[in-house]
Amino acid sequence: MSKIKFGIVVFPGSNCDHDTEYVCNNFPESEAVLLWHKDSDLQQCDVVILPGGFSYGDYLRAGAIAKFSPIMNEVIKFANQGYPVLGICNGFQVLLECGLLQGAMMHNRTHRFICKMVHLKTANTQTLFTSEIQAEEILRIPIAHGEGNFEASPETIQHHLEHNNIIFQYCNSQGQVVEEANPNGSIQNIAGLSNDAKNVLGLMPHPERACESVLGSTDGEKIFKSIIKNLIEAKV
Amino acid sequence: MLYKAKIKITLRPSILDVQGKTVMQALGNLEFDTVEAVRIGKYIEMELNEESEPKAKERVEEACKKLLSNPVMEDYAIELEVVERGQNVEN
Repeated sequence: MSKIKFGIVVFPGSNCDHDTEYVCNNFPESEAVLLWHKDSDLQQCDVVILPGGFSYGDYLRAGAIAKFSPIMNEVIKFANQGYPVLGICNGFQVLLECGLLQGAMMHNRTHRFICKMVHLKTANTQTLFTSEIQAEEILRIPIAHGEGNFEASPETIQHHLEHNNIIFQYCNSQGQVVEEANPNGSIQNIAGLSNDAKNVLGLMPHPERACESVLGSTDGEKIFKSIIKNLIEAKV
Repeated sequence: MLYKAKIKITLRPSILDVQGKTVMQALGNLEFDTVEAVRIGKYIEMELNEESEPKAKERVEEACKKLLSNPVMEDYAIELEVVERGQNVEN
């Protein structure tokens, strides 16, 4: 059987593209290709990842200019056809800016860039990105961002709650979603958010930085493994 | 006709402006005791060649909605003026 193919978009200023490529190439069932932002061919990928970084120098607003890259037209079509798209950190910001996810990212409430390990609760384990995670499990995955303070109108938040679109929340080491565990001021401690169809996921934490024990955690693997397992099952 | 658009982008009033708050605290530390509020936004100047003022206004509005502002958290205000040919941007 052919391998699950991850396509990782490279914008000018992406800096987690190679880490993500490395991780996706390391699973026996998957492989990765890099997709240049000026191309308009997704190369028959099964999944698209918008990686972390500072696309276009975060000019104007994080993700605001990347959304007009030629490849993004294809990514939006791909997502609207129901194929999986994962945006990590800056990729999450791009997904919000291009309208595949609803809401916006503001500067962290401390106005500092925050780079640290956080605890995450998986609020919805019924998605293709999270099916390999146990509901009671607490993940440890690092964050590294200046603009991760999720903002949306009360109606949008209500919509996300009703559709179980809030996938990951910042929590303490006991798994409680409390204000003290909220690093950036995000509404509802949102760390990961999906669309209604659950095929598009935005994630502020970096799972690709938590895939080897030498890096302090392998919890990020569970997200990649969920994607791979679900896509293999869909292919059979 | 060449028009100059002066665009102000501000965070919507309902949104906490952490940058403004930090600057206000710093002003307080510098004994600017009478400062009661600070909001920080962006200012963009854009020149465009359009046949009429309504047309220019329409294009600038489009640019604000599509790229320059994020309607989830920001408002914009536009001022338009005619630029005489040969006039420097700074004038």
